[in-house]
Amino acid sequence: MPRPEDCCLSRAPSCKLIEKPSVMQDTGMQQETGNMDSTETSRPSAGDTAIDVVRVSKIFPGDPEVRALDDVSVAIRRNEFFTLLGPSGCGKTTLLRLIAGFEPPSMGSLRLRDKDISRLPPNRRPINTVFQNYALFPHMSVAQNIAFGLEMLGKPRDEIAATVDEMLKLVQMEALKNRRTSEISGGQQQRVALARALAPHPEVLLLDEPLSALDLKLRKEMQIELKRLQNETGITFIFVTHDQEEALTMSDRVAVMSAGKILQIGAPREIYEAPAERFVANFIGESNFLDAELAGDTVRLKAGGSFRVAVPDGVAAGPVSVLLRPEHASVRIGEPGPEELPVQIENVVYSGDATVAHLRLSTGEAVKARMPNAPGVAPLSSGAKGAAMGIAPGGITVLKD
Amino acid sequence: MTDAISEAPRALEREAEKNDIRTRWLLATPAIVIIFLFATAPLFVMVVYSFLAPGDYGNVKWEFSLDGWTNVLVQRDIFDDTLMWADAHLSIFWRSLSLSVITTFLTLVFGVPTAWFIATQPPGRREVWLFLITVPFWTNLLVRTIAIQELIRAEGVINNTLLFVGLINAPIQMMFTDFAIAFGMTYVYLPLMVLPVYAAVEKLDFRLVEAAHDLYAGRWVAFRRVILPLIKPGIIAGSILVFIPSLGAYVTPRVLGGGKNLMFGNLIELQFGAGRNWPLGAALSLMLMAAVMVSLIYYVRVTSREQSDG
Ligand SMILES: Nc1ncnc2c1ncn2[C@@H]1O[C@H](COP(=O)(O)OP(=O)(O)OP(=O)(O)O)[C@@H](O)[C@H]1O
Ligand SMILES: [Mg+2]
Repeated sequence: MPRPEDCCLSRAPSCKLIEKPSVMQDTGMQQETGNMDSTETSRPSAGDTAIDVVRVSKIFPGDPEVRALDDVSVAIRRNEFFTLLGPSGCGKTTLLRLIAGFEPPSMGSLRLRDKDISRLPPNRRPINTVFQNYALFPHMSVAQNIAFGLEMLGKPRDEIAATVDEMLKLVQMEALKNRRTSEISGGQQQRVALARALAPHPEVLLLDEPLSALDLKLRKEMQIELKRLQNETGITFIFVTHDQEEALTMSDRVAVMSAGKILQIGAPREIYEAPAERFVANFIGESNFLDAELAGDTVRLKAGGSFRVAVPDGVAAGPVSVLLRPEHASVRIGEPGPEELPVQIENVVYSGDATVAHLRLSTGEAVKARMPNAPGVAPLSSGAKGAAMGIAPGGITVLKD
Repeated sequence: MTDAISEAPRALEREAEKNDIRTRWLLATPAIVIIFLFATAPLFVMVVYSFLAPGDYGNVKWEFSLDGWTNVLVQRDIFDDTLMWADAHLSIFWRSLSLSVITTFLTLVFGVPTAWFIATQPPGRREVWLFLITVPFWTNLLVRTIAIQELIRAEGVINNTLLFVGLINAPIQMMFTDFAIAFGMTYVYLPLMVLPVYAAVEKLDFRLVEAAHDLYAGRWVAFRRVILPLIKPGIIAGSILVFIPSLGAYVTPRVLGGGKNLMFGNLIELQFGAGRNWPLGAALSLMLMAAVMVSLIYYVRVTSREQSDG
C-alpha cells in the first residue's frame, strides 16, 4: 500500500493535472425552484457544472410503490469531490444508478455539461462506476479488466497497453497484472475496480461505498489514495458513503440525504457547523439538542442564558430547538458566571485525548460536554454539584426542523 | 502421565477412524454394485461379443473372430468374395454426425434465448416456465414423436394450414426427410439444452453486465465478451447432453425418417434385429462410444486450455 509520500512518484504521466481553483466560486446551491426554465437561464456558471440533477424522482412500482428519490435537485461541479451521505435505504445508490444510466428517472432530467443525458444508455455516457461489490469480470485477468473499457472505445492496441500499464502503476498493481481477479485480496480488487473505471478517463467517476468492505487501516490508506487520484486526474468524483467521518474528511461538498430527499448540500464545515435540520445535525457528529425561545436574533435557552445567533431562513420567532456540539460546551466546578449555566455533573468519561462530561441542566435536559485534556488541568469528578457550563462563542445553532 | 492421558483418546480416535472407513465402504457398496452391474458389465459383454462370430439366428457363436470389427469398414461381396468399403456404414455415420451437429446447433439457437427468458422472469414465474419445459419428459418419447408426425405429414396440421391460407398449392413433403429428423430431435432434446443453460444464466451476476455497459459495451458486445464466457459452462453441458444422445438416437429417426434415412442408432439396431450380426452391432456400438469419448476429451482439453489462458 502506498504511503502518502509516495503519491507523487506514482503519478500517471498522461493524467491531466487540473489545478483546482483555490476558492470555489460560490454559486449558491442552485436549489431548484418550481420554475425549471428560470433556473435554466439564470444559472450563472453552467460551464462549471459537471452533472446537473434537475427535479429527479424515482418511483419503483410495487405494492406499496417505493419513492426512492423524491424531487432531488443538485448541481455537481467539475473537478469536485462530491459525497452523498445518508443512512441505509435513503436512495444514494438509486441516484448513482440514475446518473450512470442503469435506470431511467421517473420524473425530472439529468444533464451532463448542459447536455440532457436522461435517455442516453450507460454505454454512451462518459461516466464510469466503481461498484460497491467491485463487479470485476471473473473470467479476465487484472490487466484485461482494466483494458476492457478502452477496447470498447476502440482505442488502438498500443495506446490500450500504455494506458493499462499507467493505470496499473497508478494503483500499484503492476506485479499482479496477470492474476485472475478471484485470486487477489479485497483491497487489491478495490484498486483494480478503481483503475478499470479510471482507465477510459471519464468525465465523472461514480463510487458506491467503495471502501465499505475494507478494514480500518486499509480504508484510511485508500481514502488518501482516492483523494490523491481525484486531484491528479481532475475527474469529478461522486462518492457514496454512510460513514460521516469519511464524508467530512474527503469531500469538497457533501449532500446529506434522508428518505429520498437531499436535506442539505454544503462544504463539510458548513454541514457540520451549520446543519439546517435536526436530522443532519444528528446524523453528522455528536449533538445536544436544547429547547429555546427565539426573539429577533437572540435565543434564550430554557435552561437560562441568551445568545446571539444567525437565524436561518424560514425560522420564525418563538420556540425553537438549538444545537450545541459537545466540543463547544465546557464545564468547571464553581458558581456559574453571567454567561454560564448551572449544571450537575452526572458522569465523567475519560477517553485519552479528551474528557466527556455528562451533564444535567436545571430543566432536566441532558447535555454532553467534550473537553480536550491538557496537562495540569484537574480532573473533574462525577457527582459534583455546583458546576457551571460554558458555551463557546457561536456554539449555538438554530435548527429549522 | 500426560502421555498416557493423551494416548488413550488417540487410540480411541484411531479406532473411530477405522470404523468410519468401514461404514463408508459399507454405505458405498450399493452404489458400487449398481455401477458394476449396470454400467461396467454390459460394456464388458459388448466388448466380448464384438470379438465373436455371428450366430445363424442372431446371438453369437463362441468362437474368436475379427469379422465384427472388419465389417465396420469393409464388406465381403456376396458373389465374388472381394472386399469393398462399407459405404453404407460410413454415409450413415456421416449423416448421424451432421444431424447431431445440426440438432445441437438448433437447440442452442432456440434453447439459449428460452433459458435466458425464463431466468430473467420474476422468481415465482420461473418455476411455472420450468415446469412447462419439463412436462414433455412425462410423456412417452414414441407418443411425442408420433405427435410430431401428425404435425408435419402431408395431411398434417402444418400443411393443411398452409394450404388453407393459400401459401402453397400442394403439401410439402416433410415426413421421411432429414429435415423431419432434425426437427423431431430438436424438439425432443430442447429441454436438455434449456435446463443447464437456465442454471448458468440464473447464477449470472447481472451487475457484471451493468459493469460492461458502464464501460461502453453495447448489448451485443456485452453479450459476447461478458455474458457468453460466464454462461459457457451451461452451454457446454447442454451441448454435450444434446449431442451424445443425438448421435445414438433411434426412435425419432425411425418414426420420422421412415426407415429410409437411417441413423447410427438404427444401424446398430438393425444388426441386432433383422441383420442378425450381433458382433458387428457390438463393434458399431463401441465405435460410437469411442467417437463420443474422443470428442468429449477433445472438448474438455480445449475448454480447460482456454480456462488457464484466461
Ligand atoms: N429495484 C428496486 N425495486 C424496488 N425498490 C427499490 C429498488 N432499488 C432500490 N429500492 C428501494 O429504494 C430505496 C433506496 O434504495 P437505495 O439502494 O438507493 O438505498 P441506499 O441509500 O443506497 O442504501 P444503502 O446505504 O443501504 O446502500 C430503498 O427503500 C430500496 O428498498
Ligand atoms: Mg447503496
